Amino acid sequence: MTMTKKPRMALLALLAVFTLIATACGGSDSDTTEASGDATSTGPLKVGIIAPSASNDLAFSQSMVDAVNAVAGDRELEIAITDGTFIVEDAAAAIRGYADDGFDLVIAHGSQYGGPLQEIAPDFPDVAFAWGTAVDTFGLPNVSAYTVRADEGGYVNGTLAAQLTESGVIGVVGPIEVGDAKLYVDGFVAGAAAQDSDVTVNVNYIESFSDVALASEAATAHIANGADVLTGTAQMVVGATGVAGPAGAKWFGTQSNQTPLGPDFVVASQVYHWEVVLVDMMTAIDAGNFGGEVYTLTLANGGLEIEFNDGAGADPAVVAGAQATIDGIIDGSIKTDAG
Amino acid sequence: MWSNFFTTASIVTVLASAIRFATPFLLAALGETVGQRAGVLNLGVEGVMLGGAFTAYYVRLNPSGWWWAGGIGTAIIAALVVGLVMGLLYAWMTLVMHAEQGISGIGVFLFGLGATDLLFQKQVGVSLPIQPLSVWRVPLLGDIPHVGDVFFNQSPLVYAAYVLVPVITIMITRTTFGLNIRAVGETPEAADTLGVSVNLVRLGAILIGNSLAALAGAALVFNTNTFQQNLTAGQGFIAVALVYFGAWRPAGVMAGALLFGLVSSTVLQLKTLGIVSGAASALTAMAPAILTIAVLVIVSRRIGAPAALTKHFDRNA
Repeated sequence: MTMTKKPRMALLALLAVFTLIATACGGSDSDTTEASGDATSTGPLKVGIIAPSASNDLAFSQSMVDAVNAVAGDRELEIAITDGTFIVEDAAAAIRGYADDGFDLVIAHGSQYGGPLQEIAPDFPDVAFAWGTAVDTFGLPNVSAYTVRADEGGYVNGTLAAQLTESGVIGVVGPIEVGDAKLYVDGFVAGAAAQDSDVTVNVNYIESFSDVALASEAATAHIANGADVLTGTAQMVVGATGVAGPAGAKWFGTQSNQTPLGPDFVVASQVYHWEVVLVDMMTAIDAGNFGGEVYTLTLANGGLEIEFNDGAGADPAVVAGAQATIDGIIDGSIKTDAG
Repeated sequence: MWSNFFTTASIVTVLASAIRFATPFLLAALGETVGQRAGVLNLGVEGVMLGGAFTAYYVRLNPSGWWWAGGIGTAIIAALVVGLVMGLLYAWMTLVMHAEQGISGIGVFLFGLGATDLLFQKQVGVSLPIQPLSVWRVPLLGDIPHVGDVFFNQSPLVYAAYVLVPVITIMITRTTFGLNIRAVGETPEAADTLGVSVNLVRLGAILIGNSLAALAGAALVFNTNTFQQNLTAGQGFIAVALVYFGAWRPAGVMAGALLFGLVSSTVLQLKTLGIVSGAASALTAMAPAILTIAVLVIVSRRIGAPAALTKHFDRNA
């Protein structure tokens, strides 16, 4: 029986629609890269990363990807990345997929992934899982948690910002008031207040990690209210930096080195060096210990570093003075009063 | 604290921000209004906005060093071209292949989302800033105290968006083409018997709609001076809702966009000044969406959609 014209056209139309959908869904699949390292190791450690935003977001996700790649320089790793998986159900599928595929270490890089991780990990007792930022391992022997004392670098940035502001007003563009974002902002505010109690720090949590347009408007609002120094955290900060530069404001970054976003106005960035904890984690895995630990990045253990950008034209004396603050936090003489 | 909000400077900031913030919504919603008046529902506005946004960003950034790229004008024209191309694609699916409009629109949205994500990752990679679009202070009007700062110290794309409101109103209500749009959107069979090419009119409406959606994406890029995956973050769908909000009239759509922008900018200012913080901050962040839903519910009871919306026309049926 031959098809009449209408059903054939409908079928063609349906195929066209599904082709479009399939094309669209092909955007953020995992990439598998071989990373050569120490030839004397027993074989590559297979590491899967699930991240909520793009792996080159110059923020949260990139910090972990950069760290794993840094570790890959010293030991043999096989790395796979599934980024852009903000939706928890998608991440859960990726986590289980990596475990099913025999990965040795599955890093669920997002505090929203705890629920599925708690369900999946017991099904794979020989796979090491890690998640963060978090401090709960659920009592599971193959789950590690990692977190960061983002308030430490925030405090340093805050002291610098308070010295650099000429208007006496500083603006903060925050995502959602949780996790390391809250720690960073709290530390920043504390640092600014400790440096100069007359400085006003306006904090605006836009209630989104990814709304770039809203971050842009928030930064514009800060500038309209007199701010000449801004900071922020999460992947939406590109909206804020896009406004800060043309307005002549200075920027302080966190999570990754954000100098590329503004080579002439990004003063400094608190950079997360997750490799500090990844090395410990992988060493434990080599020894047959798949989890149960909580790891923390701090200035003291080298997991946090303040990276300065000379191109921002900040007063060199001010920048040099930051080291004293860093040393004070490390030796405990300075408390951030956050976290 | 509240006294800090009710100052002249603060109110000016809020109003100017509202007008600027509403611009992408307005452009996209105006385009969707034209399409829906012709009987075509395009849920792919978000995808077209992303296509226009990435195109405008890429041409403005010009990482490939093309001799013709880098300027504002070329960036906007390129965005419009991409909008037209995506419009032709959507028109083929719905007018020729008679695919269901809603699903086709979702397909266009997903295509725009995935394609721009892929192109951004492969061609740019990092959200580098672009040269901003300078604001243009309207001579004389821009010097009016406070009013000038609110209305007449904006970017050219903002002015273009609001000028389009009366232009599209006149087009729909005073031109033959507009009459045809309304006719094919209400009773396409009757329009056909009168010699109106229903699908040709709908094609024109789709192309106008998609061009404006792409322009909305470009406006968003020049508001933020950057691009990132899923830059629009649902603004296209809000634009579709604004069409219903505005009862398929450009002036109503503008009112809806401005209301949305005003609520958003007010919430931002309240949070910036520390008047709203903590849990209240999260609650107030929902205000624009809640307001939109509430008005939609009210409006939907009073005014009906174009009678032939989402209905295919087949002369041979």
